Parts: sequence; C-alpha cells; structure tokens
Amino acid sequence: MRTLKFLLQKEFKQIVRNKAILRIIIIAPILQLLVLAFAVDYEIKNIKLFFVDQDKSHFSSLLFSQFDGSDYFFIENYSNDQNDAKEAIHQGECDLALIIEPNFEQHLYRDGTAAVQLIANAIDGTKAGLSSSYATAIIRSFNKTLIEQYSIRGNLIPDPEFHQIEPTYSYWYNPDLNYQAFMVPGILVLLVTMIGTFMSSMNIVREKELGTIEQINVTPIKKHYFIIGKTLPFWIIGLLEFGFGLTLAKIVFDIPMVGSLFTLFAFAGVYLFVVLGLGLLVSTLTDTQQQAMFISWFFLVIFILLGGLFTAIENMPLWAQRITFFNPVRYFIEVNRMVLLKGAGIADIAWHFIVMAIFILAVNSLAIFRYRKVS
Amino acid sequence: MKRFIAFVRKEFHHILRDWRTLIILFGMPIIQILLFGFAITNEIKDASIAILDQANDAHSKALINKILSTDYFKLEQYLSNQSQIEPVFRKGKVKEVIIFERDFSQKLDKEKISGIQLLADATDPNTATIILNYTQGIIAGYQADQNVLSRLPFNIQVQTEMFYNKELKGVYLFVPGLIAIILMLVSAMMTSISITKEKEFGTMEILLATPMRPGIIIIAKVIPYLLLSFINALIILTLGYFVFGVPVHGSITLLLFEMILFVLTVLSLGIFISTVTSSQQVALMASLMGLMLPTILLSGFIFPIENMPLLLQIISNIVPAKWFIIIIKNIMLKGTGLAIIWEETLIIFGFMIFFISLSVKNFKPRLA
Repeated sequence: MRTLKFLLQKEFKQIVRNKAILRIIIIAPILQLLVLAFAVDYEIKNIKLFFVDQDKSHFSSLLFSQFDGSDYFFIENYSNDQNDAKEAIHQGECDLALIIEPNFEQHLYRDGTAAVQLIANAIDGTKAGLSSSYATAIIRSFNKTLIEQYSIRGNLIPDPEFHQIEPTYSYWYNPDLNYQAFMVPGILVLLVTMIGTFMSSMNIVREKELGTIEQINVTPIKKHYFIIGKTLPFWIIGLLEFGFGLTLAKIVFDIPMVGSLFTLFAFAGVYLFVVLGLGLLVSTLTDTQQQAMFISWFFLVIFILLGGLFTAIENMPLWAQRITFFNPVRYFIEVNRMVLLKGAGIADIAWHFIVMAIFILAVNSLAIFRYRKVS
Repeated sequence: MKRFIAFVRKEFHHILRDWRTLIILFGMPIIQILLFGFAITNEIKDASIAILDQANDAHSKALINKILSTDYFKLEQYLSNQSQIEPVFRKGKVKEVIIFERDFSQKLDKEKISGIQLLADATDPNTATIILNYTQGIIAGYQADQNVLSRLPFNIQVQTEMFYNKELKGVYLFVPGLIAIILMLVSAMMTSISITKEKEFGTMEILLATPMRPGIIIIAKVIPYLLLSFINALIILTLGYFVFGVPVHGSITLLLFEMILFVLTVLSLGIFISTVTSSQQVALMASLMGLMLPTILLSGFIFPIENMPLLLQIISNIVPAKWFIIIIKNIMLKGTGLAIIWEETLIIFGFMIFFISLSVKNFKPRLA
C-alpha cells in the first residue's frame, strides 16, 4: 500500500510540474466545448434560397413572402429564369432553388393543381435533406391557407366528399429544437475520452522511450501496483475534467439537466476505467510516443465518428451498427443524453453499466497481461 | 547532392523501419474511408417508431400499413395506452410515436376530417424534423389515395431534386475532407514530431554539426513525408473513385497541383511548430489542438461554416484546410477550373510563404 502511495505521489508530481500538459488539461475543455458546441451546429439556419418565379402572379408573390418571412431561409437571389438558379447552385452560391412553373396561378385555378420544383445542392446531404424538408413544410402550409382563403372567393368550393387528415405534432424533450442541447452532452464525452486516452497512452510510452521504465522494472514494484499508479491519477483528472465540462455546459449553454448528477458521475467513473485501460493497452503495444499517438488517434477517430455524435447510429447500415456495440464512446454519449435531457435513471441505463463492466474486464486484463517488466 | 541524398535516405530508414506507424499511416485512410463511406449517411432509414392505435379500424390499419411499408420506418412496438409513451421514449430507441384517436375512422367518414397526433423525440432535433416531415408526407399521400374521385382545388405539388448527390451520401463530403485531414496529419504532425524528437534526443545537435546547411537538413527531412502524404492522398482518391464512385469531374493535373501546394503549406506549418516546441508531447498536443481540431471542425469538412457564429466564421479563414477543401470539392464534384478557384489557390500560396518565413525567422542553428 505504501508503494502505491509513493507511486501516486510520483505521478502527480510529474503531471503537475509539466506546465505544458497542465495548461492543455485546463484549456482543452474550454476550447473544445466553446468552439465545438458553436461550430458543430447542425441547426440549419439562413439557407440560401434562389427564388425563381416564372409566373409573376399574385400567388407566386404570396409564396415569396412566406419564404421571405421565414427564419430558416434567406433569399439570396431572385430571377425568372431557372437556368440562373442552376448556375448559382453550380457555383455554390445557393443551397436551394425554388422554381415556380410558368402559369402557376392559372394552373391552380383551371386544373386545380400546379407544381413547384425544389432543387437542393446535396453535396452536404444533411443540409439538403433538412432544407428541402423546411421548404416542403412552408409550401404545405401555404397550400392550406390558399385552399381556405381562395376556394370560396374563386367559387371553387372544396368537394364535400374530400377526406382530410390533419396531423398535429409536438417535439418532446427539446421543444425549441435547440441543437446545442443535443451536441454538448456528446462533446463532454469527447473531451473526457480524448484527454483520458492520450494522457494515459503517452505516459508509459514516454517512460519507455526515455528509458526510465527500466528503473521502475528493477524495483520490486508489483505489476498491478504499477498499473494502478499509472491509472488512478488520470482517473481523477478525467472526473475533474468531466465536472468542469458539465459546469461550463450549464453556465454557458444552459443545458437542461433533468436526471441525477450522481448517476452521471457514477457512469463517468466507470467509463473512465475503460478509456484508461485502452490507453494502457496502446502503451503496452507501442515503443515510441509517435506510435502511441498514431494508434490512439486511429481508434479515437473511429470511436468518435461511429459514436453517434455527429450522425445518428440508427441511420447506419446494420453491420456498422453492430460495430458500434463494441464502441465505448457510443454508450457514454447515449447515457449522457438520456440522463441529462430525458432524466433516465439507473434502471434505464442498467444495460450500459453491464456493458462497461465487461469492457473494463476485457481491456484491463489484456493490458496487464501484455505489460511485461522487460524492455 | 550526394550528401543530400544520403540524408533523405537516412530519413526514409527512420520511417520505414517503424512498421507500426507505417501500417497505421496507410491503413488509417483506407479503413476510415471504407468505414465512413459505407456507414455515414444522412438518409433516415428504418427509424424505430411506436404506434398507439386506439381506433384499430380499417383506416388506421391501412395508414399504419402504408407508413410501415416505406423504408423510413420500422415498428418497434404497439402501445396500448398513453402512459406507455414516456417510458418508451426514455429508453431511447423509439424516435416517434404515432397516436390514432379512438374515433379516427368515424370522424374521417362522417365529418370528413380527422386528426393524427405525432410525437417526436427531439433530443436529436434534426432527425426529429426529418422524421416528422416524412410522416406528414406519407399521411398526405394516404389522404390523396382516399380522394381519387374528389379533388381539392389549389393543390400544389412539390417535386424535389437533389443535385450532385442523389442519395445524400456522406462520402461525397468525406473524401475531400479526408484528403485534407490525412495530408495534415502526415505532413504537419509527423514532421513536427520527428524534428522535435531529434531535438529532444539531442541528435539534432549532431545533424547541425555536419557540413550541411540547416535549411538543407530540414528539406531532406520533409521530402519523405511529402512523398508519403502524396501517396496517401492518391490512395484515397482512387478508393473514392472506384469504390464509391466519387467523381473527379475537373482536371486531374490541376487537382494534383493543388494537392502538392497544400502539402508544401502544411509541411512548412509542421516545421514551424517544431521550431517553437521542445518536447514531443508538447508538439503532439500543439498539433492536435492547433491543427487537427481546427482542421476537422472549422474547415467545413463535416460542419457547414455558414452556420457558425460570426466569430468562428472569421477564425475559419485562417484554417488552410478550409480553402483546400473548397478547392478540391470544386474540382472533384463540380468540375470547375482554375478560373473560379484561383483566389483560394492564392490564399494557400500566401499561407505557405507566411509559414516558411516564420520558420526561417524562428529557426536556431544552435541549441541553447
């Protein structure tokens, strides 16, 4: 036990006296949370719309004012030639083009139906999907008012046999569709994961590379003491980081915290053992810091991109969804969102705890097995 | 010249004998592009929904059938009462609950108007928006089916066309972005770390004591990385082209030229980082925080720049990758030529000059 105490003392001293690392520990979360949360804003606003009006009628100008008044759209350009719009999309000046066919109003009066065409620049798939969704919704509601207001005036009374289904809808847990409430809990996970993996994986390798590990190897320190001594400091730092990040999330972004913070920290504590175990495993597999960094980076990128932070897991093909079952980041992101936004309790996330326990066992026993007291 | 070649060979030996790094270096882009090319899509497919069908009659059944027959939705479970909604949402899997009132069909047949309630789990706001939009579209389609004979006046039909990327595949954005990231990682990070490593180990002193000029030493050091990153970029391009059909509409020569220009720029950035750091750990953290994160976040690679707050939009201008991604997207996906992207090219060129002169200014041929 005394050995462990000395080991911990040594590690903490090494961490604290390294000004650069200390600075990174403090600055990284602030930077990441602030920059990421603002940068990763998929809340699509100011969609640049090219409005092509080949009709120039009363109806088309009404539709124009609908889009002009919407927060989602910004009318970048206006023309009566659809080739202008296609060219603008080609140049990347516009995201979406709305094309009103010639004789739009006349068709509506005479045939009862007319077409509006939407062309989206789909290089950014998400944006294209969302912006055309918004545009469709606006046109739909415009259509409704048109029917209500003009059918009587124009002596075109709706067919009494017409069956109408009116959907009403509501957004749960996040009625303002605040995108940051969705992103910030995920970014917190990123933060803890990155700091944890990099710090722990580089640490042992550094001793290897500088040769100081030899000195530890010749002491009677037991293998598991050494591992604990290398893990515990980063575990504490990781939890502090998490708390720090949560505080920032509350103060800066006013993220809802519906669930219990205790549950959240309990899960974070368990999760950190997985992350640190991974870092350890990497450090036992490598000889230089460069290698350690590359391998950590490699897995982190995969974990993060398959973690459901940026793109929803349920949209992935089945095989990719299966891979995510082995991704610890995925579980923590889910738990964070569930607890913070929906107020999920221990019972709701019991499964996540079990999976973490399995990961801890697997990763850490592999790391201890791989660690040899020889160089 | 002979000495120079010997230097380059030494550097190649350093890199090639570290097989673990090499595997990662070449394996990483391949695995990443395969994984994300296939896995990252923005199309909503098989979203789990729950249905509370209190009507359980002909219309509700037919409409449920219609909803479930699309690729968008799959049924997670039927609910039997309102109190089950909250728990099912809390578990997290179900994204939408559709509620039919008890008198759904009666109202529809007698009063000709009936309602449906749609509840979406908006913890992910965008998915919620799209799912609701799809559902409303399907309901509108059902409504049209019910009214084949009678027509509503003033019916506007919306036809949507997706340009450049019909299936909303993520890979189109990913290939240009990945090229930028890999070039950045290999060129800037590896050079900065390998030069700092020589400093940390004291071998830099030995190199500087040779009759070679310091500038030549540095050039000899970066040549292998230039080559490696270039090969990597080509691998990504080829994979993107043959596996995912990411087109190269523009001129390949122009594309290669722009790639070399960008590689030179990030190499000079890497050299600059190494002149101001003294240990590998610091160089690594500095490259991670100063290079990788901005490159991923502020380059428009995944996240549209125009959505960001103004301050970040301004900052994004000093991220070289932003301009590079604009350039390759233009060349690859739209086939534009130099006439349109000369400004961006000039900006990258400016960055290169800037970093080179900074490094020359900071470079100390003597150790402290």
